[in-house]
Amino acid sequence: MAHAIASPSGAIENAAPAAPERPDFQIVPRAGLPIVAVVLALLIAGIASDKLWPLEFLHVVGGAAWTVIDLFLGFVLGPIMGKLSIPARVEFTTRLMPKMVLIMPTVVTVTLAAGWQLSTHLGTNLTVNPLHGWVVASFIVVGVMAVIALGLLEPANIAVLTELKKPQPNPEVIERLMKRFIYSAGATGAMQVATLVIMTKLATG
Amino acid sequence: MSERRLPPVTQLGMLSLALVLVAGIYLSAHLPQHVSLGPAVALLAASAVVLVVNLLALARVDGFAWGRFFEIGRWALLAYLVIAGMIEYVFLRNHTSGGPLVVMTLSLLVFAVNVPVLVGFTVARYD
Repeated sequence: MAHAIASPSGAIENAAPAAPERPDFQIVPRAGLPIVAVVLALLIAGIASDKLWPLEFLHVVGGAAWTVIDLFLGFVLGPIMGKLSIPARVEFTTRLMPKMVLIMPTVVTVTLAAGWQLSTHLGTNLTVNPLHGWVVASFIVVGVMAVIALGLLEPANIAVLTELKKPQPNPEVIERLMKRFIYSAGATGAMQVATLVIMTKLATG
Repeated sequence: MSERRLPPVTQLGMLSLALVLVAGIYLSAHLPQHVSLGPAVALLAASAVVLVVNLLALARVDGFAWGRFFEIGRWALLAYLVIAGMIEYVFLRNHTSGGPLVVMTLSLLVFAVNVPVLVGFTVARYD
């Protein structure tokens, strides 16, 4: 790679004589697609069964994965990525971000679809239910996160990977997109704290 | 980094997305009980208008990397149609029908089109 990759802190670092190698990668890892298909099939089966345990399982596992990944990415991995050396950052990005392209939409879909069915099963989506306000609050938090994630984070993720696929990636583009990715991951991570508050309240009644 | 001027596609896309999500939240907050469709229809219409304006503004950009936009956008569209389909399925499973189903379906469609536009634009603008 002829160009150095800029740091998210804003400084453009000069190209080293030995340019960092970019591992070959797929923007959407095809090996993961069958796993996604299996998870979605389980989701369809769980919703069709309308039984408490499968719905609870899908919603809790999906929601836990979503929350933990957002918090970990926003507050632990994001700042670490910003401080990594250029070659390390490139290698880390090309290994982590393609997986995120598959993992995040899948866990979000499982959490939301199973969650709606679960609330229907439990009756918490009825306006007469005393917990209904908390359920609506969770919709609002998810809505805000969705706008940030789908408007900023996901496009930045795909665009970084597309840029890194080019023979001559533009370091300024990578810098700009990585900043956007890390900041929006931090914002959704912060929103996940509200999700934890709401979901623990819903679980305890 | 020198950059050509582009319409605010990301901002308009996020606005359209926000409007349609509020429509979805409004419907979801009332279903399965009776829900007045007026606010949801107004939000959906506003979202669709913003989406169309966004696409028209983008269509007027000279030299935009449409090849890259559609290359990325079509796969994103496929993915988000699947996601929208899963959400539609859960509402169908719970016997949502009539007006609320139509508004929910159209809202999901606007949602599923908005995300590929945002992803495709972000990728293609740097091509």
